[in-house]
Amino acid sequence: MEFAELIKTPRADNVVLHRPFHPAVEGTLCLTGHHLIFSSRRQDNAEELWLLHSDIDSIEKRFVGSLGTIVIKCKDLRIIQLDIPGMEECLNIASSIEALSTLDSVTLMYPFFYRPMFEVLEDGWSSFLLEQEFELLSSVTNEWRLSCVNKEFSVCPSYPSVVIVPKCIDDEALRKVALFRHGGRFPVLSYYHKKNGMAMMRSSQPLTGTNGRRCKEDEKLINATLRSGRRGFVIDTRPLNVAQQARAKGGGFEQEVHYPQWRRIHKYIERFNILQESFIKLVEACNDQSHNMDRWLSKLEASNWLTHIKELLTAACLAAQCIDREGASVLVHGSEGTDSTLQVTSLAQIILDPRCRTIRGFEALIVREWLQAGHPFQQRCAQSAYSNSKQKWEAPVFLLFLECVWQIHRQFPCSFEFNEQFLIMLFEHAYASQFGTFLGNNENERAKLKLPQKTMSLWSWVNRPEELIRFQNPLYEANSLVIWPSVAPQSLQLWEGVFLRWNRPSRFLEEAEEERMNIIKYNKELQAKVNALRRQLAEMETDEEAQEE
Amino acid sequence: QVEQVKLLDRFSTSNKSLTGTLYLTATHLLFIDSSQRETWILHHHIAAVEKLPLTTSGCPLVIQCKNFRIVHFVVPRERDCHDIYNSLLQLSRTAKYEELYAFSYNPKQNESEQVKGWQLIDLAEEYKRMGVPNAYWQLSDANRDYKICETYPRDLYVPRTASKPIIVGSSKFRSKGRFPVLSYYHKNKEAAICRCSQPLSGFSARCLEDEHMLQAISKANPSNRYMYVMDTRPKLNAMANRAAGKGYENEDNYSNIRFQFVGIENIHVMRSSLQKLLEVSGTRGLSVNDFLSGLENSGWLRHVKAVLDAAVFLAKAIAVESASVLVHCSDGWDRTSQVCSLGALLLDSYYRTIKGFMVLIEKDWISFGHKFSDRCCQLDGDPKEISPVFTQFLESVWNLTEQFPQAFEYNEAFLLQIHEHVHSCQFGNFLGNCQKEREELKLKEKTYSLWPFLLAEQKKYQNPLYNPDFSPELTLLEPNTVSFNFKFWRNMYHQFDRSMHPRQSMFNLIMNTSEQNKQLEEDIKELEAKIKQRNGQSDVVFVKEQEQTAHPAPVALKIPPCFQKEQPPMPVNDAVRTIEGSNTADNRYSELVSEFSKAEPAVVSLEYGVARMTC
Repeated sequence: MEFAELIKTPRADNVVLHRPFHPAVEGTLCLTGHHLIFSSRRQDNAEELWLLHSDIDSIEKRFVGSLGTIVIKCKDLRIIQLDIPGMEECLNIASSIEALSTLDSVTLMYPFFYRPMFEVLEDGWSSFLLEQEFELLSSVTNEWRLSCVNKEFSVCPSYPSVVIVPKCIDDEALRKVALFRHGGRFPVLSYYHKKNGMAMMRSSQPLTGTNGRRCKEDEKLINATLRSGRRGFVIDTRPLNVAQQARAKGGGFEQEVHYPQWRRIHKYIERFNILQESFIKLVEACNDQSHNMDRWLSKLEASNWLTHIKELLTAACLAAQCIDREGASVLVHGSEGTDSTLQVTSLAQIILDPRCRTIRGFEALIVREWLQAGHPFQQRCAQSAYSNSKQKWEAPVFLLFLECVWQIHRQFPCSFEFNEQFLIMLFEHAYASQFGTFLGNNENERAKLKLPQKTMSLWSWVNRPEELIRFQNPLYEANSLVIWPSVAPQSLQLWEGVFLRWNRPSRFLEEAEEERMNIIKYNKELQAKVNALRRQLAEMETDEEAQEE
Repeated sequence: QVEQVKLLDRFSTSNKSLTGTLYLTATHLLFIDSSQRETWILHHHIAAVEKLPLTTSGCPLVIQCKNFRIVHFVVPRERDCHDIYNSLLQLSRTAKYEELYAFSYNPKQNESEQVKGWQLIDLAEEYKRMGVPNAYWQLSDANRDYKICETYPRDLYVPRTASKPIIVGSSKFRSKGRFPVLSYYHKNKEAAICRCSQPLSGFSARCLEDEHMLQAISKANPSNRYMYVMDTRPKLNAMANRAAGKGYENEDNYSNIRFQFVGIENIHVMRSSLQKLLEVSGTRGLSVNDFLSGLENSGWLRHVKAVLDAAVFLAKAIAVESASVLVHCSDGWDRTSQVCSLGALLLDSYYRTIKGFMVLIEKDWISFGHKFSDRCCQLDGDPKEISPVFTQFLESVWNLTEQFPQAFEYNEAFLLQIHEHVHSCQFGNFLGNCQKEREELKLKEKTYSLWPFLLAEQKKYQNPLYNPDFSPELTLLEPNTVSFNFKFWRNMYHQFDRSMHPRQSMFNLIMNTSEQNKQLEEDIKELEAKIKQRNGQSDVVFVKEQEQTAHPAPVALKIPPCFQKEQPPMPVNDAVRTIEGSNTADNRYSELVSEFSKAEPAVVSLEYGVARMTC
């Protein structure tokens, strides 16, 4: 297919662009295969707006006389309006945008066409291999091994080709366990707590069914993570009744009789489709400037978004608490083990592991716990909060995770190497990007699409020193502590950087942030200067002493 | 003194507590826990003491403070508890001004310092700064002896064309004699903010002198002959007042006025609103939705928004239309003070400086007779007179500082400290209900002024992000008052609940770094001077040697402490960066720990634990 076929009117002049809190600008609109480009060449403020078609969530058109108006709602929640003179032009442009922003085929997406203008210093596709992770692990314990049982993605289609499992469990046993777990997602290592040797594992639900099927290998596998005489905790992200109902459909939960050393805690986290509803309601509430206070608060409440944040943070704290405070190993799962499970395991690591609070460590966490662990990004991020199509698989599971990280970041502003912009950048790229990183639903699909060969990795770009500078937190000072956030409602806040980003004048806040950074930067300069002068003075003194002697 | 008293964590659901000794002094309640940490509570800060039913561990005593601290003690013996309860009741309720802390507080200032302290804020100077008296406005001596209005200050500024008979006539037509006077003068726009109380218009009464008075105000503005009359009450309330012979201005009787209701609720609504808010925010194990619906039902943020909306309306009338505005409510000392002072704060950047904010409070709140004594319950009085009107004003200012982080010289700590002292009765400024009363109490001789003390420690109250060039002298601050901009003020209402605050404070870090930068700049200067000196000396070796023998010590002595030993970079910040109290025990999910430790049928107790933890 040629993109040109979809573009009936490639260019329109005298188009007026409206954005909240910006004066309207007149300019030229161009459509290319992957971008909508608006440029205004007025001498006093020449500006260009490049918008990826894949970043467009929905478009609306309306007409007043022959003046057409297109309202474009983006996946990053921005809303822009274009006034296009000429009814035909406007219709053509609208239908082209609609077609180009809803292409079915992944291989037509921009990452397959994007040619980077920068030199690749480090190929992001091989920056975070599980083998490296395992090497680190091997230096502290020999209880685990790297298994290639899933080499051809035949045992579990949503797992990567290599996984870390207890050393005493062989591949044969893993194959059997895979048959006992939903989607073949047998328990694998998610995190090893060096401090006390406890492990966090993740999986999907066991397929016990109504007749209470059991699997000796499964029991053996998870028991292998326990110290003798100690117990572990299974954190099930469904409420008890849902877990019980799941048995009717062949699913289920670990029953006490077969897992006597494990205690099960049901810590409910909403399913992805509920989250999507919540997301849509929240964005709707944030976009309406006319709400009076009561209406705003009741809309905010009705969205339930902050409730989800609190529940998720609480669950993650619970998992972290089991490991760090109780000295127990933990197994986390829900139904499929691709959404709430990953939210909990990844957040628990943010709390427990200082490495995950560095830029590289956080990237590694996302690769390990989200991309390799098979969170279906392609499905979940196909649409954002403005989707009017009937929801199927879309859900802000990853965004919710990022927001929880932001909440912890706010409470521990000096404990993270990255800043808020880094989190916002990840949110944007998960939904629309020139990079191939978030394409596909799992490693299997990525391998089939040959993404590493055909597209550029987000990490290849982000980790370039000139880009990293924008994402570094100048307040960062490594701390090796476990950081326990407060989950009281009074301590949680709406993530304004995402949800109010386009809805309020932000100049003063940005300038203030800049000033904060300047104070820190200036402090470092002064420190350096004082140290240098001090050294100079000391040298002079020793010189003098030497002369005197 | 009672020993073995337990201090409970207000938000913990487990019975975790600190054990220590409770002392009652003449002015404070003091609790020292086993690790020698001290908790001081001023008796005047105590708003309510409550004895809860006896439990197995002792008699619980809950103390609520006006600064929103709530402490929960458990006293082992009921008798002791009863004694403490009774003493606190007596100590926290004062019948006479002379018994308040301010009259016994002795900060070791001599008499002239005390006098100087009271002279720090000079309102005559302030009116001069605004540009009055001038061709249109003059100082009136009508109220010199508080004869016309007892609750106004002696010195009042009125239009030159308003003669004494007009003033007297107008004052008779206004509730409590509070006739229209100047509150703020905008010299660039030549427009004025005036304030008064409601007219005694009833259904049809009119008063020619009052009509003249308003006309004089509008004529005193050469740029716009129309003036706004803002009635800050909801229309319904104002209409109800007509039945009692009060009411609002009839547009037909006054020429050139535009009348406007702005709908701020009265002190009783505000009192119960804040009460509801505190009930919600004080709930243990609060869910997000209960918090948000509680916030909504309390109406508190709606009220704060209403106040700020009114101030924006006022400021725009002046800055955009150059129109003078007359503001009133019922008596003109609550809502009127809020709106006039906030309006001036938006118009004039002087009030966004530390000194300027003090002046603003002295002018629009203290001198114009906001009834601090009644509203803050300084003396044991009518509980229906208590209302958080001033707190609401501070909260509105806080909201502005959040939207304009670089526009204010002062920081949040300054607002909190002022709030603390409005209730502490430690300084004379806020005692009493009006200037006349303050003079009768001889506060300037017998007590101290708060302002010099705040100025002396102003480093603590400076906003490190402040940019004096942010808005030139008289540019309007235009806040966005869309609902989502108003947030729950956690640092005010949970000031003492440490577990709710960020564990690393960005604010403190920036404060200290900025402070340290100043020190470093000094250090650099000193070092450079020293190096220069040495360079000079090495040219003339003899001189240097002589000097050294002559003064061997001073060089070493002069070195500021931070040079004496090698220190890691950013020494000041280390303390700030350390994570304060970050452990599970401080948090809501912590209760699981105790659940874990119990050997019980696993699933049941754990689920209970989880349920408790999240509910």
